[in-house]
Amino acid sequence: MRFIGAILFTTIPCAAILGLIFAAGFAVRAFAQEAPEVGPKPPIVIKPMESHIGNITGHAEAAKSDYRRYCAGCHGEYGDGNGENAVWLDPKPRDFTLAAFKCRSTLTGTLPTDEDLFNTIARGLTNSNMPVWNTFTKQQRADLVAYIKIFSPRWEKEKAGEPIKIPAEPPVTMDSIAHGKALFTKLECWKCHGTHGEGDGPSASTLTDSKDNPIRPYNFAAGKADSRFKCGNTNQDIYKIFMTGVDGTPMPSFADVIQPNDAWDLVHFLRTLQVNRHGKENEVLSAAHGVIPPYVDRTPAPAAAPADNKAPGGGQ
Amino acid sequence: MRTKQILLTLLMLLVCSSLMLAGTVSGKVTYTGTPAHQKPIDMSKEPSCAKQHATPITTETVVTGPNNALDNVVVYVSSGAPDDGQVPSQAVTFEQKGCQYIPHVLVMHTDQELKIINSDQTSHNIHPMPKVNTEWNKSQPPGTAPISAKYDKPEFISVKCNVHPWMHGEFAVLKTNHYDVSKGGGDFKLPNLPPGKYTITAWHEDYGTQTADVTITGNETKEVNFTFKAKAY
Repeated sequence: MRFIGAILFTTIPCAAILGLIFAAGFAVRAFAQEAPEVGPKPPIVIKPMESHIGNITGHAEAAKSDYRRYCAGCHGEYGDGNGENAVWLDPKPRDFTLAAFKCRSTLTGTLPTDEDLFNTIARGLTNSNMPVWNTFTKQQRADLVAYIKIFSPRWEKEKAGEPIKIPAEPPVTMDSIAHGKALFTKLECWKCHGTHGEGDGPSASTLTDSKDNPIRPYNFAAGKADSRFKCGNTNQDIYKIFMTGVDGTPMPSFADVIQPNDAWDLVHFLRTLQVNRHGKENEVLSAAHGVIPPYVDRTPAPAAAPADNKAPGGGQ
Repeated sequence: MRTKQILLTLLMLLVCSSLMLAGTVSGKVTYTGTPAHQKPIDMSKEPSCAKQHATPITTETVVTGPNNALDNVVVYVSSGAPDDGQVPSQAVTFEQKGCQYIPHVLVMHTDQELKIINSDQTSHNIHPMPKVNTEWNKSQPPGTAPISAKYDKPEFISVKCNVHPWMHGEFAVLKTNHYDVSKGGGDFKLPNLPPGKYTITAWHEDYGTQTADVTITGNETKEVNFTFKAKAY
């Protein structure tokens, strides 16, 4: 009896104290209604997104395990570019929640086509940690393209942009290269990329991407014979890069300011900046002993100043 | 007879004007503390711009006036305005001149046309950096056509030119036409507010937002003042 009494004597206050603590905790929680959620985030909802590449249809659901195994380490489970490896990487992994992509055939600010994303996965991104995923089947890649779309509501509200129209490439001639050089000067590409395309222009050291991380302009001169661009390595790819811009970076779109045929001239000149590359452009250049003559045209171009006396204030 | 007519006219005027009651909210934006020193901008890398400024201009993150006045604060009706969503048909213009954005803070309605012009002899790239709206980035060499754009969601958007890193501006995309940007000593004025309850928000690019509630009952001017705490850095 005494023993039971003693137990009661100790447990009742204990229970009361516990009760008080519990009640206080409850009150605090009820009071602080807007306190941020703690603990793990809810699992990602896999929306039934699709992709269409040729006659392949990709399904987001099918890429669930591939994404978790191969992509989430950098891009994050929630697609926000905050995977556990992200802190060690430069440039940072893409944040899919923004649905802004570097390599597009579509105008700046628009969504890329499924094919653009499919190609990026297959090709990887040079000068970054994104590898070539050609170990995947086409179906796996198509499924992953669909999976990327679950992270941003833009994919449900907007259609992909129209791919820009690229005219057939004219032959590489010295005239074309010279005109390209004049455009490179006039459009001030050199402000970031440098006069020799070495990525050392006057603004180069100040550049940051849209998340305020420092970023370097492309160095055309670096690399060997096979030096690659981030968004592909054909002349068409280079055309697309400067016409559509590299979204999320300082590289703007020139689609409104360069005429389609002029754009090809610029492509031809840019190829000559890849000094170690073996190609038609460098063959034409070396046949002329490496000298690009001034381009003669109605539009004023500082590079063509000696031959162009119509340049305002620049005439001799 | 004549006096009767005059009286009648006066009466009618009175009745009409009372039907079109409209109040005004006006006031001043000030700061407390010491604002960060605005640094002179070195434009020597862009001579065509540098020569447009007899003395180097400074950054415009914080623009102050006498008596602790704070300019470039967007003051707007954030709730209660009856004409929310009416998109003005005329465009707002954002000019790049002397490697500076004019105005530094540009307010526009959602879906209102925004025209961007380059009056300089150098290429700029216009790179607004929205988080909610869609991001794009376009080059605009001298003498090219204006860039036309619009934003469909309300947001404060920082704008920069990557070629000229000192260039910095702000777009304020609002869902109301009742707004002003404090100027000439922190003054602002929001006219034509019909009777009602309003929330007025003041936003500064570095100091954040403040709100005040105000009730307009008739033809009156209500004074609302905002005071921001300056950041030293």
